[in-house]
Amino acid sequence: MKQLLRLRVNGETKEVAAETSKTLLEVLREDLGLTGTKHGCELGECGTCTVLINGAPLLSCLMLGVEAEGVEIVTVEGLMQGSQPHPLQQAFADLGATQCGYCIPGILLTAKALLDKNPSPTREEIREALSGNLCRCTGYSKILDAVERAAREVGVL
Amino acid sequence: MRKSGFSVIGKPLPKIDAMAKCTGETRYANDIELPRMLYGKLLRSPHPHARIRSVTTGRAARLEGVFAVITGQDLPEKFGILPATQDEEALAVEKVRYAGDPVAAVAASNEVIAEKALELIDVEYEILKPILSIEQALAETAESNRIHSWNRRANVQKAVSFEFGDVEPSFQKAEQIFEDAFFYQGNTHLPMEQYCALASYGPADKLTVWSSTQTPHYLHRALSKVLGLPMSRIRVIATPVGGGFGGKSDPFSHELCVAKLAMITGRPVKITLTREESFYVHRGRHPVKMWVRTGVKNDGTLQAMHFKSFLDGGGYSSYGLATVYYTGALQTVTYKLPAYKFEGVRVFTNKPPCGPKRGHGTPQPRFAVEVHLDKIAEKLGIDPLDLRLKQLVEPNTVTVNGLRISTTGLRECIEKVAARAQWKKKFRQLPFGRGIGFAASAYISGAGLPIYWNEMPHSGVQIRLDRGGGITVFCGSIDIGQGSDSILAYAVAEEFGVDPADIRIVTADTDLTPVDLGSYSSRVTVMTGNAALQACRKLKEILFQIASEALEVPADDLEMAEGQVRSRSYPKRGISFAACVEKAESKFGTLGATGSYRPPRHPANYKGSGVGPTPAYSYSAAIVELRCDSVTGEIKVDKVWIGHDCGRAFNPLLVEGQTEGSVYMALGEVLMEEQVFRKSGLHKYPSILEYKSPTTLETPEIETILVETDDPEGPFGAKEAGQGPLLPVIPAVVNAVYDAVGVRIDEIPITPDKILRALEGRLKPVSIPSFDFPPPIKWQPGQGVQVEQKS
Repeated sequence: MKQLLRLRVNGETKEVAAETSKTLLEVLREDLGLTGTKHGCELGECGTCTVLINGAPLLSCLMLGVEAEGVEIVTVEGLMQGSQPHPLQQAFADLGATQCGYCIPGILLTAKALLDKNPSPTREEIREALSGNLCRCTGYSKILDAVERAAREVGVL
Repeated sequence: MRKSGFSVIGKPLPKIDAMAKCTGETRYANDIELPRMLYGKLLRSPHPHARIRSVTTGRAARLEGVFAVITGQDLPEKFGILPATQDEEALAVEKVRYAGDPVAAVAASNEVIAEKALELIDVEYEILKPILSIEQALAETAESNRIHSWNRRANVQKAVSFEFGDVEPSFQKAEQIFEDAFFYQGNTHLPMEQYCALASYGPADKLTVWSSTQTPHYLHRALSKVLGLPMSRIRVIATPVGGGFGGKSDPFSHELCVAKLAMITGRPVKITLTREESFYVHRGRHPVKMWVRTGVKNDGTLQAMHFKSFLDGGGYSSYGLATVYYTGALQTVTYKLPAYKFEGVRVFTNKPPCGPKRGHGTPQPRFAVEVHLDKIAEKLGIDPLDLRLKQLVEPNTVTVNGLRISTTGLRECIEKVAARAQWKKKFRQLPFGRGIGFAASAYISGAGLPIYWNEMPHSGVQIRLDRGGGITVFCGSIDIGQGSDSILAYAVAEEFGVDPADIRIVTADTDLTPVDLGSYSSRVTVMTGNAALQACRKLKEILFQIASEALEVPADDLEMAEGQVRSRSYPKRGISFAACVEKAESKFGTLGATGSYRPPRHPANYKGSGVGPTPAYSYSAAIVELRCDSVTGEIKVDKVWIGHDCGRAFNPLLVEGQTEGSVYMALGEVLMEEQVFRKSGLHKYPSILEYKSPTTLETPEIETILVETDDPEGPFGAKEAGQGPLLPVIPAVVNAVYDAVGVRIDEIPITPDKILRALEGRLKPVSIPSFDFPPPIKWQPGQGVQVEQKS
């Protein structure tokens, strides 16, 4: 059965009729066309579908769309500041932190939540924060480097 | 080939698609939605081995929202990646050969209805005895217990045997002989993106298939064969691959079924596999048992080696014919080996089929050889680095099995990692519980022979120039994250003296792009790069002719740099690239050129010599430092130093990324990842939670040292980087565990329980099955074809 949902996504209110059984991941991708958020396992094991809910990283595959009313949702599409990339996006691109790129939206959002809370994390704190996001391509090295660089830049801004 | 003065090559530029991947704009297969699209699902066998008595689909077909149900009878034509072993069916016709083998497919309005429809399909199975191990496969010789009927010996897919050089006399000359047995457990690719394909048919009887595939060209062939459509009516578009590692290199059931379902329903159809299904589709690392015997002089000089491998292939052939050869081919390309005997066999078992995973058939023997050499060095009282350094293969030589070595930077790789890791200070000197280990390896930069043996190019590139100075590069290659799109842009930008951002890349679309065989065997940089350079040079000849006339400068004094075509002697004398193109277009008409690449001939000419040759071998050396807790058996890797001879780094960021990713994947394989099955034939760990892979917390700091050797076969001197650096890390960890706690673990992965059993003296040695290999093919070095060396 469908229900009319009123969702706050990337600073915009969206009304959408969606199946009540759909996860937030499915509502975002299938009903709102925000395909930047990716499926990885649908079981909360890989971190690929991470979005920000009121600033905290949460797995959109473990949350129903109907549970997401009345919260602020940020997806990877909401990271750009106008036409300017977020320092995390710029650092990931510049330092070769993306290979296949499939895990990157979830990692960027997890990293953003970390930097919002802790603007100058140590490398160990970054490791800890990203430990729920699997990446099979990079060996994580360049991802850690990119978060460190973005942290330095965010600190300056 | 130019070796210096580059403007693009060697620079740490961002990948051309990097920002799209950081904004969510990159469209992977599952991100594509087409109007009127239906969703497909596959019904998979719950039994590992069974005869299909009947499949009844009436109830499913009548369910509201179901538009088509198909079974094996609808797609009976067999297919497979290798032309010699086409033993797969899109949907099983008579038998299922592993739990997970698809038997029916449905297309419905949505996935929920499609799943309900699967429950309404009745399959009557006659359960057969499953074969679940190498030993059992070799023991089940009765015709009644065959998994396939096409192969000669029951459950043996392929057995090979070779003798290179004078094996027995060389063993006679040896002063000491050592023997070891090893087992390398299977594991899977686990790309973050699940498999996904879409198809659309019509209106002009043309089929379009989008798929997350590493090999659109081979999918094109398989679709044509199974659907009975000419290739000219089929368009395959490979979408950006969200991780492949070899796992998306076969044509798959879901790709054939979406096409058939789209043809039946007249509507687009998409199938996305679940994570659990991805574990059963597999095609990953083969479990391999290995036995090795080596004769050496007292100073450690290798005299002869005899190597046997036993591969657990799973239910179908996949790439297995090549894999069995790869478990024997590259033992000879690191250290001088005067005589070598190799025997290998791949068996069928009722498990998901194994195939190529990063390193394809070579990580298993490399693990065995490098641990074996570590043991030999210790018994002879020689430092294991010194043992290798005294007998490294030389450049411009041919190995005992006929493999041509162009360049090797292995010495430099070893010396540099040893210096950075302070090897001499640490080896056998760290306190109990801490250890350091070393290993080295080599890998191919692309297979020397294509999968379909023909005279056509392995890679083609077409370049179009337009009057605004725009450059569009068309190539069949598919970016799987390694950066193959960027490689094309860098090569062309370097040649034309423009910014890579000014170049448009169109790839992996069989309607638009010349064939490239695919993103496998670490072939893409060398082959597409060379093809791109050839196309560039054809266009440069025209542009230089025009510029020479316009500038009154001899053509051989012209260069392209900083967006100009200009005199080398008087750089101020030049015209812009765009103006030069405009003049050329005025004179010659529309400007375009093609380039293609085929690897050089290889020297050996014996049957089976097609696996192993390559334009150029990459070399790697690794040192691993770790802690091993003798109470819990836990291993914590502190640091990995990896030296990799990549020929020339097109872009150091990308090469480091490939190297670090390889190190990471190796650590997963050696420490935790296991593709293992229950007696029921079901996977033990078919989820990301249970199938352990390294997170940020288990992945150590990695120090990457790139060694450049300027290989004459590679574009700008480049060799591969995507697979080779995985190889030495696995044995280096095993050797470091021995250095830490004094126990040899001859089985991968090294889990804590194995360490504890070994420390308590309860770890059983690896057992090796007995098997009558065929009589060997004998070959002597020098018997082959003379091949010219480039300089």
